[in-house]
Amino acid sequence: MKYALFLGCNIPARVSQYETSSRAVLKRLDIEPVDIREFNCCGYPLKNLDRKAFVLSAASNMALAEKAGLDLLVLCKCGYGTFKEAEYLLKEHGELKREINRSLHDSGLNYEGRVQVKHLLSVLYHDVGIAALKSKISRSFKNLKIATHYGCHALRPSAVTRFDDPVAPTVFDELVRVTGAKSVDWATKLECCGAPLMGINDELSVTLTTRKLEDGRRSGADFLCTACPYCQIQFDTVQKMMILHKGNGGPLGAVLYSQLLGLSMGMDAEALGISMNRIDISNVTSFLSEET
Amino acid sequence: MVFSVLLYTSLAIFIIGIVYKVSTWFSRKVGISSRNTKTSGRVFAGLKGIAGVIFGPKILDLLKAFLLDVILQRRILKEDFLRWLMHMLIYGGFMLLLLMHALDRFITAKLFSEYYSTLNPFMFLRDLFGLMVVVGVVIAIYRRAILRVPRMRTNAMDRYAIIIMAVVMLSGIFLEGIKITSHSEFQRMVENFSDTDDEEELKALESYWVQNFAVVSPDVKGPFSEEVLENGFELHDMSCAACHSRPQWAFTGYAVAKAVSPVAVALDRMGSVSFLWYVHILACFFGLAYLPFSKMFHVIATPVSLLAKAVMEPGTSDPLNVATRQAMELDACMHCGTCSLRCSASTAFEALGNEFILPGEKMVFLKRLVAGKTLSPEELKAIQEGIYVCTNCDRCTVVCPAGINLRDLWINVREDLIQRAVPVPCVLSPYSFVRGLNREKLQPYDYPRPVEGAKEAASKDFQNLMDRSRPLHFKGNGSSTLEKLPDAETFAYCFGCQNCTTVCPVVGCYENPEEKLGLLPHQIMCCLGLGLVDMATGPRMLWDCVTCYQCQEHCPQKVKVADLLYRLKNLAVKNLRSS
Repeated sequence: MKYALFLGCNIPARVSQYETSSRAVLKRLDIEPVDIREFNCCGYPLKNLDRKAFVLSAASNMALAEKAGLDLLVLCKCGYGTFKEAEYLLKEHGELKREINRSLHDSGLNYEGRVQVKHLLSVLYHDVGIAALKSKISRSFKNLKIATHYGCHALRPSAVTRFDDPVAPTVFDELVRVTGAKSVDWATKLECCGAPLMGINDELSVTLTTRKLEDGRRSGADFLCTACPYCQIQFDTVQKMMILHKGNGGPLGAVLYSQLLGLSMGMDAEALGISMNRIDISNVTSFLSEET
Repeated sequence: MVFSVLLYTSLAIFIIGIVYKVSTWFSRKVGISSRNTKTSGRVFAGLKGIAGVIFGPKILDLLKAFLLDVILQRRILKEDFLRWLMHMLIYGGFMLLLLMHALDRFITAKLFSEYYSTLNPFMFLRDLFGLMVVVGVVIAIYRRAILRVPRMRTNAMDRYAIIIMAVVMLSGIFLEGIKITSHSEFQRMVENFSDTDDEEELKALESYWVQNFAVVSPDVKGPFSEEVLENGFELHDMSCAACHSRPQWAFTGYAVAKAVSPVAVALDRMGSVSFLWYVHILACFFGLAYLPFSKMFHVIATPVSLLAKAVMEPGTSDPLNVATRQAMELDACMHCGTCSLRCSASTAFEALGNEFILPGEKMVFLKRLVAGKTLSPEELKAIQEGIYVCTNCDRCTVVCPAGINLRDLWINVREDLIQRAVPVPCVLSPYSFVRGLNREKLQPYDYPRPVEGAKEAASKDFQNLMDRSRPLHFKGNGSSTLEKLPDAETFAYCFGCQNCTTVCPVVGCYENPEEKLGLLPHQIMCCLGLGLVDMATGPRMLWDCVTCYQCQEHCPQKVKVADLLYRLKNLAVKNLRSS
């Protein structure tokens, strides 16, 4: 399987371990990620400013993937949501699509709507499949309790994103269980991490993050698990920077799903960039068993 | 005499220019972090830093960078082969011409005792180096005018650089070509170097040169008899051959000589040789004198930048040296457009039409700003938006062939520009994410002010509109104000169940949410239903919306609540941008 790998802006600059671990896992699953150098911003930050600008940014990337004849594999949930929304708008509004294609034309691009946009978790769950994943697990986790953080922009609006059931999603939990870890129930599982307000209303952003962290701790989780650079930064960098020193209990580290899966596939913690997380999560390896 | 006066004048201007420009690296203040630095402190810190590198282990990094980045230009090669070829041809050819041809008295003649500019291999090499530069300049014109690399802008400085180089090269090649054909040059040489006054013999020599050295003579014309040519050869061998290789070796000049030969006599009489000589040396001297003030100054600043990059480490370098480096980096930028080509926000530039979103254009602007330019209100607005619409993906820093740390430059300058008392609407977007992550570094400055200022500006009329003693002017569905929100009519299905507000995590964070947020989601939907679009674009709820889409997901009437909040934000931003 081949996909155009869309890294977005945050991952190369601030969460490079997500890229490293995802590439390692994809390679193990015989998935070839194709890099397209001309990819630009997905359009997510432009959503607040100007609709045409955001749709044009998203469409430009989708058109590039389409030109390469590949589907888009997105690692970021905000990027995924933005693409799905642009896809939806372009399908619904013929005039917008014509306008966007006029702008794309100058760069030699055209968006037809053939390309499929998929998040990493969807690719693993639907395209690879749970059974195939299981066969690659060489040492599963024992007694590891994980709180899955779904991420708003993949889940909602469900009519547009079509990621999973918006009220009772299971994709992420099943993927976590593949590794042998237990996926715990927690009340704020489907709530926002707070990242969209970072820089706009830091206090509110941190309040939302703190609530989730407290709830995660209450549920007995050893780690939060994310599959989005924004959520990961919020639970890792922001937790370390703005929450821990205020005496909000001990840290609840966040592990990227690609790191969790990689470890259970027998990969080395260093190769998965475990040490690059701001909050030390190196003890996650102590939950690994020798059984498959 | 004229030559020496011109040379030393231009050299003096060049040296004064370089000293002045380098001094500005220590005196100019870029952005917010260098505000409280003093020139003396920066000079001292710079000297200390340089000494530390030269007498420390980092000297190896420095040498490696000098070889790979400065000489071999690995960073350009990584980016684009054609561009690397272009640059190597221009810079390699030009440097070699400078050393071997322009400074021949001081360098080439000292190294090679048998040196004559008209002898091989020197004559051939001079033309080869010249051709290299010409091919490089042609590629440069091709890239800018025909290939049209996306988002590469060509400004007056870029044109100047190409033109001065083309004039120097073409005047040199034409000078050489016409000099080959020149009968008066031939006569001058004969007077100076031949040992005979015999008319017949001199005529034989002239015939030989017309036949074999492309001289165009008004007196003798071929075909010549074997005997004449043989006589000519004897004299040539005695007086000329020691200093003259065949002109074919000067292949570019020879091509010109052949092309102009039908009109060569006329050209010679018009004094073309001395005219072209003046054009050539005046262009060279002008280029030299103007170099420190032109784009060509990058030949000095860019290597310095690449070397600084090799030895300076983020976070540990002396802040004074960082301030100096940022001032220097503005000179190191040669407006090549690599950053603009790779910029993640480039589609925002295309959609919003603000040129300052392109990093390459920001650099051009910053050069002028740091040199003391005052900003008009329109320019300030445009540059504020341009510097803020940046995803902080760091690609510009990764690809910059000059090794400029654009990331740190943006953070520094951005803070300076958005702290000015003009609201910047785009701070109310996820573009602020990285600024939030860096807030601890920004604490000495007024961190909340730009965002608070923009929020206040966006809700300027809101308090008036909310005045309870004022009657509401309902405009109803389908009214003209609603045209500002095309295809957003789903609010019409709202029956006021307040589910959106109940599930909103932001509303849930406050004891008294209305006080903090102005209007709650269901109230905003109600506003829209009543046609009160202006009121709906005012509440803080819009900017405090965490965009989790819980409201939209849980609406029993399928009102696109979060999407509508986005549309209202867009409208508020549009109003702010145009105000």
